[in-house]
Amino acid sequence: MASMRDIKRRKGSVQSTQQITKAMKLVSTVKLQKAKQKAEQTTNYFDAMYNTVQNMLAKAKNIQHPYLQPSDSTKKLVIMITSNKGLAGGYNSNVIKLITQGDFNKNDVKIMAVGRKGKEAMARYGYEIYRDCCEIIDGPTYEDARALAKEALELFAKGEVGELYLAYTHFKNTVSHIPTLVKLLPVEADANREVTEESNIPMNFEPKEEEALQLIIPTYITSLIYGGMMESVASENGARMQAMDSATSNAEEIIDKLTLQYNRARQGAITQELTEIIAGAQAIS
Amino acid sequence: MAEGRNFDLEIITPDRVFYQGQASMIEFNTTEGEIGVYKDHIPLTVIIKPGVLTITSEEDKKLAALHSGFATIMQDKVTILAEVIEWGDEIDEERAEAARQRAEERLRTNQASVDMARAEAALLRAVARIKTIKK
Repeated sequence: MASMRDIKRRKGSVQSTQQITKAMKLVSTVKLQKAKQKAEQTTNYFDAMYNTVQNMLAKAKNIQHPYLQPSDSTKKLVIMITSNKGLAGGYNSNVIKLITQGDFNKNDVKIMAVGRKGKEAMARYGYEIYRDCCEIIDGPTYEDARALAKEALELFAKGEVGELYLAYTHFKNTVSHIPTLVKLLPVEADANREVTEESNIPMNFEPKEEEALQLIIPTYITSLIYGGMMESVASENGARMQAMDSATSNAEEIIDKLTLQYNRARQGAITQELTEIIAGAQAIS
Repeated sequence: MAEGRNFDLEIITPDRVFYQGQASMIEFNTTEGEIGVYKDHIPLTVIIKPGVLTITSEEDKKLAALHSGFATIMQDKVTILAEVIEWGDEIDEERAEAARQRAEERLRTNQASVDMARAEAALLRAVARIKTIKK
């Protein structure tokens, strides 16, 4: 059995770890509240944008536009949103798994890494990191999303990549975050979409559909990326809050166990001392 | 009577719902020129160019500088998806004026090093901001 001093030292160390995890949990709870609110506000814009584009595609089935056509290049660009910091449970590794375990050919994939954890892991697996914009995720703005979308669209227009994907974590609610992979380019009409009354009204376009698409698609991609970043930030903090919560309760458990062990050891020591004294006294008399 | 002339107007930006309410008429600038929209407009999707957005309702008239995005016009509802939009009182006049001068300066020099399209867009934005305040 470990000595009293060893147990006491171990208990102290677990306790100070618990204080840290507790503090981290509180911090991410606050951050989660903020990020959640932001992500929810983005949803309005994103939904309206999605509906408009889908309505457009549904009505104009025979629009010919480079953004809608599959291109010859087999290269795929993946915008991968992870976090810069760890200690968030499975948050980062779930996004990484989407790509490493998905049906991607390693040599065809270029990664645009938003978030250091994702970048490091993908570099380790031997993927090509096309661009590293990790600092963005610390405080994503719409401008950041626009810059990313612009760069990706240029690559697509030049034919250097044939497909564009976005890997992020969908923030379903505080406890449920779903790693998601969406195809951004070529833009595809959602086949499962219900035909609503609204989507059936014949819509006019000014300028013409093709030109309008040319202008709307970049905005659409930008909004998807922005929405993805916002949801990812919310998910990151949610995941960290959960991870730190369970770390705190695990620490509590260990502390309880150690306290019990410590008390037993203490009792054992006292008993032993008493036995020794009595034995000594008997020996004298 | 008045009831019949209003339509729903919703202006959404990536960060917030900018405006939600009733309007009897709105005017704004598109790639095809300035347009005014009343109720029962034909369904139309337009791309926005920097300009002043005027929202006219029963009680008052609101002005905002609308810079980019697009608008979906339905018979009884208009949705503007704005990338950048601001109310008149959110605009810093001095900054807008400075931006206008800078952009004009750039356009005047007409050098190859200057991104003309960007300078032009900057000028349009600055002018829209100033107009919004002055009106």
